[in-house]
Amino acid sequence: MALKKIEQRKKRWSFIILFVISFLWLLPIVWVISTSFKSEAEAVSGGLNLIPRDFTLASYRYIFTDDQHNVLHYVFNSMRAAGLHTGLYLVVASLAAYAYGILKFRGRDKLFWALVATMMIPVVMNLVPLYSLMITFQWLNSLQALVVPGLGGVFGIFLLRQFNLGIPRDIIESAQIDGANHFQIYLRLILPLTKPALVVVALFAFMANWNEYLWPLVVLSDDTHRTLPVGLALMQGNYNIYYSRLMAATTVSMIPVMALFMFAQRYFIKGITMTGSKG
Amino acid sequence: MSTKPSAVRTLRSKLLPSAFFLPHLIIFGIFFVFPFLYGIYISLFDWNLFNPDLRNFVGLDNFRRILIDSDSIYYRYFWNGLRNTLTFVVLSVPALVIVPFAIASLMNVEPRGYKIFRAIFYLPNLFSIATLVLIWRWVLNTNVGALNLTLEQVGITRVPWLSEQPFAWAALVLMTVWWTIGGNMIIFTASLKEVPDNLYEAGDIDGASMWQKMRYITLPSIRYQLIYITIMTTIASFNVFGQPQLATEGGPDESTTVLMMYIRNIAFGGGRPNPGIATAMAIAMGIVIIIIGLAQAKIIRRMGD
Repeated sequence: MALKKIEQRKKRWSFIILFVISFLWLLPIVWVISTSFKSEAEAVSGGLNLIPRDFTLASYRYIFTDDQHNVLHYVFNSMRAAGLHTGLYLVVASLAAYAYGILKFRGRDKLFWALVATMMIPVVMNLVPLYSLMITFQWLNSLQALVVPGLGGVFGIFLLRQFNLGIPRDIIESAQIDGANHFQIYLRLILPLTKPALVVVALFAFMANWNEYLWPLVVLSDDTHRTLPVGLALMQGNYNIYYSRLMAATTVSMIPVMALFMFAQRYFIKGITMTGSKG
Repeated sequence: MSTKPSAVRTLRSKLLPSAFFLPHLIIFGIFFVFPFLYGIYISLFDWNLFNPDLRNFVGLDNFRRILIDSDSIYYRYFWNGLRNTLTFVVLSVPALVIVPFAIASLMNVEPRGYKIFRAIFYLPNLFSIATLVLIWRWVLNTNVGALNLTLEQVGITRVPWLSEQPFAWAALVLMTVWWTIGGNMIIFTASLKEVPDNLYEAGDIDGASMWQKMRYITLPSIRYQLIYITIMTTIASFNVFGQPQLATEGGPDESTTVLMMYIRNIAFGGGRPNPGIATAMAIAMGIVIIIIGLAQAKIIRRMGD
């Protein structure tokens, strides 16, 4: 009885503390959204009021029609690059994970662990030579530069292989006895069975590409393929003290990922938990 | 299973695995292995990226210039960058491990609505660096930012968060904590759940204090996750770039210009780009990261035993 009381008291205090901190956690976001609906004058002189005195959509109208740095153009570019990258990576990674997790061949594990070991190498070391490669390929200012180099990533293969190793051998063997070849087993058996893992890998590939900042900053010098993070950073200089416009653009940049998170939250959590506990 | 396989079939089954792993391995070779080796090559040259004919082999001279030639401007860049990067690592990593651990501990008793709290703490993790900095430059704005307006209400005068030290470091650490603790918090929450209850019950019977239970039960039980989180967080902090580049612009007086910013400026910035020097710096930085990662793994593992 006494233990139960202690337990309940703990729960109540945890709730109160977490409530306060998470309220503070959300405040910057609320403040940004609130600013985006204010006039420029109110944004800088209105003080701490969260609810705009004269609610206006002027900032959104401005940023949506700005033909110098258009936030919607950047959102579209980011979606296209991250979407393409994610689709292609799923194909490449799931094929490789089939080889390292299901097939048996000489040197398989050595090759796989060699790949995993390269994850230790800091990415910064490849920045300049990779850029030089982009010059050689004439890929500067191209969509390929945003999509292709990251397809060599090992992380997704690692995750998918873990899943493949957990698939009972006899399912695969009985499919073989039924006359299925490995491509059929991969397509009709393994892909459907590992769907949750594929969703996790897709989310992580998408988010990593979507949020990439340094690489697109380096390989893109015009607006054609410029992605959201780099575009936003430019707008920071361009809109300068027009805080309401800046916060409208910031709000727009938050919406796609927040929507994604609402639908796929459990996969995010699952993915992070998997990476952390397997390490 | 089958009778004598024909030579063709043997060959086919030998080649089969490569059909699955080659697409990735080829891309990996072109965009990872080749650049890695090519980078070592570049670091040995005085190189002009845009005019490949203009290059001289200088051996290890680039390394000498950044590491020991105190007359070289690159020496000053490298060591200032490394010092600033290390400062950020030292200031941010403890916060990035302890804060999510504390939140996960509160979450571990599963209070009402803990899933909503978890979502809220994870949310900022989804934003790109540019979104993060725009949010915080606005909140931390010296004259009209929400934080200073709030502080003013309690009588604290305006703090120049992004343009004076030590506030600049505080601001960079604050926004990084807000941005990235979500991932570590989720890993901690999952690992705390796996600590067996009976260990704590045994601790209660022995009259262990909260602190003792933490030291002798919780921390040893989650030590692998702790190693993982500490190393990954350290590496991530080492690679810091966007926060100082966009929020403090390296200032005041280059006190937050981190190594990544120098590397990028030397390789791609205005004036005469010097890829050889930039790559040499990147290699030196990479070696520092690897050494610190390995050292941490060793230290934490010893502490746990």
